[in-house]
Formats: sequence, structure tokens, C-alpha cells
Amino acid sequence: MKPPPREAQILAPVSRPSAEESQDSALETAIQLKDFDAWYGDFQALHSINLAMPKKRITSFIGPSGCGKSTLLRWINRMNDTIAGARATGTLEIHGKDALGPKVDVVGLRQQVGIVFQKPNPFPKSIFDNVAYGVRLHLKTSKAELQEIVEWSLQKAGLWEEVKDRLNKSALGLSGGQQQRLCIARAIAVGPEVLLMDEPCSALDPRSTAAIEDLMLELRKSYTIAIVTHNMQQAARVSDFTAYMYLGTLVEFGATEDVFKRPRHTETEDYITGRFG
Amino acid sequence: MSPREKPALLSDKKLLQERRRPMSQRHRKDMIFRGICRGVSGMSASLLVILLVTILTEGIGTLSTQFLSSSPDPDPLIAGMFPAIMGSVWLLVLTMAIALPLGISAAIVLEEYRPKGSGLRKIHGFVQLNITNLSGVPSVVFGILGLTVFASMFGLFGNEGNPSAEVGVSFVDQFYNEGDFVLEVPVSAASQPEAVPIAGMRVFDPAGKAYELNLVGDDAEWPEDSALAKRSLRSWDVPGRIKDRRWWYFRLPFGRGILAGALTLMLVILPIIIISTQEALRAVPSSLRDASLGLGATQWQTVRRITLPAALPGILTGAIIAMSRAIGEAAPLLMIAGIVFITRAPGNLMDDFTAMPLQIYNWAGRPQKEFHDLAASGIIVLLTALLLFNAVAVFLRQKYSKPLS
Ligand SMILES: Nc1ncnc2c1ncn2[C@@H]1O[C@H](COP(=O)(O)OP(=O)(O)OP(=O)(O)O)[C@@H](O)[C@H]1O
Ligand SMILES: [Mg+2]
Repeated sequence: MKPPPREAQILAPVSRPSAEESQDSALETAIQLKDFDAWYGDFQALHSINLAMPKKRITSFIGPSGCGKSTLLRWINRMNDTIAGARATGTLEIHGKDALGPKVDVVGLRQQVGIVFQKPNPFPKSIFDNVAYGVRLHLKTSKAELQEIVEWSLQKAGLWEEVKDRLNKSALGLSGGQQQRLCIARAIAVGPEVLLMDEPCSALDPRSTAAIEDLMLELRKSYTIAIVTHNMQQAARVSDFTAYMYLGTLVEFGATEDVFKRPRHTETEDYITGRFG
Repeated sequence: MSPREKPALLSDKKLLQERRRPMSQRHRKDMIFRGICRGVSGMSASLLVILLVTILTEGIGTLSTQFLSSSPDPDPLIAGMFPAIMGSVWLLVLTMAIALPLGISAAIVLEEYRPKGSGLRKIHGFVQLNITNLSGVPSVVFGILGLTVFASMFGLFGNEGNPSAEVGVSFVDQFYNEGDFVLEVPVSAASQPEAVPIAGMRVFDPAGKAYELNLVGDDAEWPEDSALAKRSLRSWDVPGRIKDRRWWYFRLPFGRGILAGALTLMLVILPIIIISTQEALRAVPSSLRDASLGLGATQWQTVRRITLPAALPGILTGAIIAMSRAIGEAAPLLMIAGIVFITRAPGNLMDDFTAMPLQIYNWAGRPQKEFHDLAASGIIVLLTALLLFNAVAVFLRQKYSKPLS
């Protein structure tokens, strides 16, 4: 089926890719948080979060600035370990396995749970080396195998056609949108099962944003995706589930259609409709 | 809380006119300040020019290839600074070979492996504070430290003349026989008693060829045959003991040799290298570290593959600045080596040495004008080396300073 033109899609009323699917109660849980608290020093950034993100679905996190969306995402693959004074308690399980305890292999966890940041951050290396970087960290590959992985990842990220003739050029010469797709290619090249995206489109124009949204819907077939966004339409367009956070608490979590059309809390409704604040 | 009114100063035109700073005054202040800046920079530039011209006029006359390739001499006309140049090269290579790995590793630990626990964080902060302070310590102080720690090693290993451990040294007992031939008997240890000629023992000529000793009786005739005379001794012949140091000669304590000098210079430049490397590492955007860690890289993989390469130009620039400092230092070397009359390049790590600044200091301190000219020539050589280093630093900065994000 040919997708409708982009403009039409953006203007179309809120609709998710698969309304029936997401109501499926037999969905497996990819990421489970129970009574999850997180601190920066003495400041508690997350308060008792309870959440189950289903496998191979897109969950979007929305909420006003400073409510703890990035903090939550950065805890899921333990990026917050790098921040001095950051700590968390409670339960964090990925595919049923503890991901928070002191015995967890953080390096292995991060390979399993990839992250894409708000600001594109390609390495000052060639396009090829950017994608190959993570692969080389984890695998011993022949040149041909590496090439295959790089090409596949770039194709998945929808960047291959644009860069196939300049793989050896610096990644810093790419446009912002291309850089962000490169970062996504880099993340999927190491074979993660979960992809965390922290405002991946906030620095991009509508066209690049559309490309990345298409990409997310494509990736959804094989990956569990969490996305933080300030763009309500985006959350409505791409996500199966939506979590609304406010001041470090999870206010509402449910199927995107329910959250957007029949929010259970007035705060959620106010925020979504722009009456917030 | 009600919102504020628009401030009167921004809405009342008349009040605004009254309070406005006069434009002419602002321009005048600008002019004065610009004048002061120009004056000051002009002054320092002209001081530099005066210095260079003085040195060049004094020193260019005695600067020649002969000056570069010959040894110091009491006669200023044939004196040169070859041993000093070689000494400086040795010192620089040794110092950098020790200081760079140490300094860069220390900076990586301080910058990239910041501890999380509060106790360790305090220690970390304390170490950091000390390194910053050390970079301001006068180099003479490091000289004293080098003297006790490296040269004499707290006296734990005897002294330089009677070291407790030595390798790469061999002792030989040398005989001059009546035919003016030299015969040598190897000695296994310095403490072994002097060799006594015994008929039939193995002896060597200075070229290392072995012979069987022919002992000539006390009142017997000295042999006519030269081949026999060459390997003959009388029983009363007494040897002189000679100490032969190989190029890999090593001893404890290090003594006032070139290794102690290099280690002392290392103390002087280590804080410089650590601090400049830390700055270079800090300049690497943390988003690059996050990207690498987020892909499942270990801390070390991230340092090795992302942070260090990105910081390399800055690290190299710092290293070259440190080298410039090391090559010009006189005070700490003076403590270690003193002013000694050295006529050859160092032959091993423990060898006595001189260096360019020491030689210049030595010549400049003499009363004769001829030696002052030699000192000026030496300064030209030293300045040329410094300028070269700086040129390389600028080149590296230009070549590798590409954007990182
Ligand atoms: N490194 C840090 N150190 C201390 N406090 C932090 C740190 N990072 C975030 N915080 C605090 O934690 C809270 C949550 O921050 P977080 O970045 O998770 O918000 P956010 O929901 O992602 O906001 P935004 O939409 O603006 O990105 C904020 O109050 C913030 O000030
Ligand atoms: Mg954020």
C-alpha cells in the first residue's frame, strides 16, 4: 500500500499505526519499572515510577520540561551512572532481568539497550567508521562482514542512498537530520533490542522529522522503542503507548488513543491540549 | 504578584535624554584604552627585538659548524658546545620518554575516571589541588628533590663511588710488561684481589685475543722473540685496575648522571603535562563520551578510541610547551650536574653530562669577553631549538584542530 503524501499525514486526525494491535492484552513486557525512585544528589528527580513498556511497540514520554523524562530514559540503559551523585532505587527489569543491581553488566546492557540523544553527536570520524564503531567494540569481524553491517544499518536508518558515495567522508559534514539518522544507524548496528530516543527530532526540520518518524515505524517491527518528545502530534502519530509525566511522577500511562482522546486526568488533558501552565 | 509596569527609564523620553551617557566621553575612553594597549604591546615587542638583536650581534660571529661540533676548551677560539647539545638531546629524549606516559596517564585518571564515592572524591580533589600547586613551585626546589631522591636515593644504596648495585660494568687488571706490551686479566668483581701473574694463566691483549701467559723467571733474560715477549710477565709485575662501562651501564643509586637529570626535569614538567592534558581532555565534548558509552563501550575503550584521539592535538601542544620548558631549565640541572668540564657526549644513562643552559651559564660567568660571545652563540642555538618546537606546536594545532561536534 502506498503511504499517503506527507502533508496529508501530518494534517490527518490523530491516528496510530495499529490501534487494534496495541490493545492486545497478551503483549510481552520489555521494560518493567516498579517503585522506581531516582536522585541527583539530594534532589529527587523521579518519584515511585511504575511502568511496563511492551515489547516491539513505541512508547512515548511526554510532559513539561524538567519533569524527568530524560532522567528516566537515561536510567533505563544506565547512562546516568556517568553522572556523579546520581542514584536510583526500586526495580528496573529489562526482559525480565534485573538491570539496576550492582551485579549488572552495564556495558552489555547498553549494547542491548541503545540510546539516541537529542543533539546529534556523531564522532569526528568518517561516516563508515561512525557506524562501524560500536560493531568493532563488540565483535571481531572481517572487512566484508563489517561492510555488510554498516550498509544494512544505514539502509535501515534511511540514510544509505544519501551517503553511499561518501562513506569515507567526515560525518560532521552531514546535515543535522542526516547526522541524527546516522546516530540511529550507529545505535542499531550493534544489534540492540531496545532503542531509547531522547527528543530525536527537536533540532530537525519537518522533512527530516518525517524521515525519522517513518524510520521509527519501520524499526518498530523488530525493536522496542521509547521516545521522549515535546511534539504532541508526533507522540500521537507514532506511538502505541503514551506516558505523561509531571514533576518526577508518572501521571498517566496507557494506549496512545486513550491518553489523547479519553485522558483520565485533567492535568493530562490540559497538557495535551496546550492549556497547561 | 502583579506584573511590573514598564520602567520609567524606558518609557519617559525626557528622563532618558537626561541620563544618557555622553557619546563623546564614551569614544574618548575607548581611544585612551586603545592607546594604552598599543603602547604596552609595542613596548614588549621592542624589548624582544632588542634582546634578539643584542644576542645576534654578539653571538653570530662565533657561531659555526666548528662551534657546534667541538668540545668546550680553555681556549675560546676553539671551544664548542657539542657535548652540551648532545647532553640536551639525551635529557630531552629521556625526560619526555618518562614524563609523557606518566603525565598523560595521570591526566586520564584524574579527568576520565572520576570517583563516585564522596571519600574518594575528596582524595581526588586533594591530588588535583596539589598538582595545580606543583606547577608553580620554583624549579630549584625540584632540583633539591631530584638530588636526594634520584641522585643519592636517600643514601639507601651506598653512594656514587661505591654503589650497592651495578650492571654493565666490567673490571680489568692491566699489566705493562717489559716489552711495552699490554696484557689484561678480566676481573669478576671490583672487590677481587689484584691479579698475580701465574705461568699458564689466560691473559688477553687489548684487542681481546687470548694467550697463555709465559712467566719469565726473576733473573732470566727477557725473551727476544716478540711473539713470546708479547705474552710474558715477571712474577713481580703489578696490574692497574680499570673500570669499563658499557652503554647499558646502570647503577643504584643513579648518582649525578644524566638519568637523575632527566628524572629531575621530569618533576619540573610533569605538572605542565598533566594540566595541559587535562585541559585537552576536558575540551572534548561530553556528548562524544555519552555516544561511545551509550553504544556499550567500556570506559577504557571510550578513552582509547574517542577521547584521546580527539584530545591529541591539545596534548601534543602541551607536550611541546613542556619540552620548551625542559630544554631551557638550568637551575635543577645545576643542582644535579653542577658545572663540570665535559668534553664528550654522554655514553650511558649514568654518565656525567652538561647541557646547553649549563654551558651558557658557565661561559657567561667567565670574565673574558670572548666567552661572553660564545655564550651568545649558545643562546642562539638554544633559541633556534625553542623556535623550532613552537613552530611544530603551531603546525600541529593548525593541522589537527578540526571541529569535534
Ligand atoms: N545532571 C543533573 N544534575 C542535577 N540535576 C539534574 C541533572 N539532570 C537533570 N537534573 C534535574 O532533574 C530534573 C529532571 O530533569 P530531566 O532532564 O530528566 O527533565 P526532562 O523531562 O528531560 O526535561 P526536558 O524536557 O527539558 O528535557 C530537573 O529538575 C533537572 O533540573
Ligand atoms: Mg530532556
